[in-house]
Amino acid sequence: MIISLSYTDLFIAATPLLIVALLAWRMRLGFSGALLFAGLRTAVQLFLVGFVLDMIFNAGHWLWVMLITFVMIAVAGFEVRARQQNKLQGFWSYAVGTVAMFSTAFPVCVLTLLIIVQPDPWYLPQYMVPLTGMLLGNTMTSIAIGINQLTQNARKQAAVIEARLMLGQDMHQASADILRTSVHSAMIPIINAMAAAGIISLPGMMTGQVLAGASPVDAVKYQILIMFLIAGTTGFATVLALSMVKKRLFDSRHRLRLDRLQMHKSL
Amino acid sequence: MADLDPHHGEVCLGEICAHDVSAPHWRKMLGLLPSESAWWYDTVAEHFTDRHFNLQPLHLPVQAMQWDIARLSTGEKQRLAVARLLSVHPKALLLDEPSANLDHHNVAAVEQVIRDYRQSFHCPVLWVSHDGEQIRRLADRVVRIQNGQFAEQSA
Repeated sequence: MIISLSYTDLFIAATPLLIVALLAWRMRLGFSGALLFAGLRTAVQLFLVGFVLDMIFNAGHWLWVMLITFVMIAVAGFEVRARQQNKLQGFWSYAVGTVAMFSTAFPVCVLTLLIIVQPDPWYLPQYMVPLTGMLLGNTMTSIAIGINQLTQNARKQAAVIEARLMLGQDMHQASADILRTSVHSAMIPIINAMAAAGIISLPGMMTGQVLAGASPVDAVKYQILIMFLIAGTTGFATVLALSMVKKRLFDSRHRLRLDRLQMHKSL
Repeated sequence: MADLDPHHGEVCLGEICAHDVSAPHWRKMLGLLPSESAWWYDTVAEHFTDRHFNLQPLHLPVQAMQWDIARLSTGEKQRLAVARLLSVHPKALLLDEPSANLDHHNVAAVEQVIRDYRQSFHCPVLWVSHDGEQIRRLADRVVRIQNGQFAEQSA
């Protein structure tokens, strides 16, 4: 059985944060306002999500579960766009991440529930929502890193790419090297996470299940399942997203079209 | 002309026009040498499909194929870029100052290699140069571009 936390408990937990904010204010370090605002924002956001999930868990209707799943994918797509230094022009910058995640994370999640976990009903929100969330969170990060690398490399190595085109290579040959290094950087976070799992870091979901009273061995099994799914989904989604971006970086006459990227000074 | 930038109009080489063939095929036909050459692998040979291409007419030893890109001088890069271009066997040459940065000895070598290529394959050569002497030595036709306009043509 899980031990419920009261609002007083949360307030006590906030005291170190409040003290840091107070000290920072006294020492004029200039981040106390931002710290307090971020703390408040976390609390409000999570409470709101808690209420929404509570509602969906109680209703249990598949329509609600699908709706929140799609909302999560859409927001993740926006987040991928927001992290790009060189965005593709128009709706592409948004579509690439969203399409890549929808066509990988969503089916992986559904198949996992149908074939492996088999809750009843299969769309049981207690399983579907956290599973989608974990897949999306990791996939989103990797796609964002991958696209960022690809567009940056295309800019930096425009001379090399065009030289290769001049010698009669097609867009795939001319961009093979930058595509390879971009996929590589996108996959590093999940490879590191798998290597560090359990020894350096106790993964969040596993910790949560243990706190909720599950046996560590059961929790570990779930964590392994998740790690495998994340690694697979990330790989597919990254390759898919990057090949879509590559298609936009070149046109039908195999010309490098950096004009389709909009410059961004910030970040 | 090498179809690297979006454009209007049509370029043809003999019977074949750019839009009749795939862009990579067109660029293989139209050998473009940019004023600055780009290299992306570690050694020279990796950039050549024909690794036994004869480098001696350009005053480069046979071992040059094994050289490290990082250790090439500007002049060596320039001459290797010419070799790399010719090894694809283009049907026409578009050369942007192919002999800039070279000493007299090597300028002569590049000129001779291009002349020989042109004679054995009967291909047109468009050569951009700032060197008046060189233009007089090589050109059948001279087009002078001033302030973005064709200023002068001579045979």
